[in-house]
Amino acid sequence: MVVFEKPHALTDVPMHYCPGCLHGIVHRLVAEVIDELGIEGKTIGIAPVGCSVMAYNYFNCDMIEAAHGRAPAVATGVKRADPENHIVFTYQGDGDLASIGMAETVHAAARNENITVIFINNAIYGMTGGQMAPTSLPGQVTQTSPYGRDPKLCGYPVRVCEMLSELEGPEYLERVTVADVKNVRNAKKAIKKAFQNQIDGKGFSLIEVVSTCPTNWGMTPQKAIDWLKENMLAYYPLGVYKDRSAAKEEAK
Amino acid sequence: MVSFKKDNCKGCGLCVDACPKQILRVAPDQINKKGHHPAECVDQEKCIACAFCAMMCPDCVITVERK
Repeated sequence: MVVFEKPHALTDVPMHYCPGCLHGIVHRLVAEVIDELGIEGKTIGIAPVGCSVMAYNYFNCDMIEAAHGRAPAVATGVKRADPENHIVFTYQGDGDLASIGMAETVHAAARNENITVIFINNAIYGMTGGQMAPTSLPGQVTQTSPYGRDPKLCGYPVRVCEMLSELEGPEYLERVTVADVKNVRNAKKAIKKAFQNQIDGKGFSLIEVVSTCPTNWGMTPQKAIDWLKENMLAYYPLGVYKDRSAAKEEAK
Repeated sequence: MVSFKKDNCKGCGLCVDACPKQILRVAPDQINKKGHHPAECVDQEKCIACAFCAMMCPDCVITVERK
């Protein structure tokens, strides 16, 4: 009896990510959710620019490559063109979503577009070689902050979930991580809820996944996960930041 | 029991850390097509098919079966 195998919504193409990069786990969780909800045939994914730029090779559903940061805008168009028959998700990193694509993200959330956004936060620009990102922690050493990020010079990191939770628009915001088995299970639940919200027509769901970048952090995969638990989770606490439907239920 | 698509494995060792029975290792004496040391199981009999390794594998190379 097979207990665990590769989900059908994931292709057989070997992923190009560095050894120990957690992108692969999140890809798999998204694919598992697509399989479980039986929506592979009508799902359209929007790939970003960044390490996950080639996500279109790895999912069996239709994929579109968006210009840098514009995935929520492309997703808006795709979803509005045929809202009944398409499930649209975007898959973005922190350089894409929180830097160049901040405006698109905030406005898609404010408009409560009925899309699902998967946001990978690893506090660094991975693809371009480890420069400081809007989410890099204070004191974090990167290529462009060799003495550690100085908040006086570079400002403070952006907490995307907290920021969007102040808006009236979004339906569901949650921050999860995939650093260990327990958290992988929680992350899958969150991603499934985000897709279910879209199927139910509830609106904008964003799942922020706190992730690692062993290569650019200059650590082994195991040490990177320890560093994530120690430093990243202290600045980016996990949890549900907004769940409008649940809040409405409670108000009743 | 666990089986690996060895040529897709990048030898990151996340499965080794996740295994509660400590029966996985990154094989020091093998090299796959990509040039990495792939993960392998040293004692299939001890496997309890919990699938923790597969859940932590970023490259989806692990299939877990129960006899």
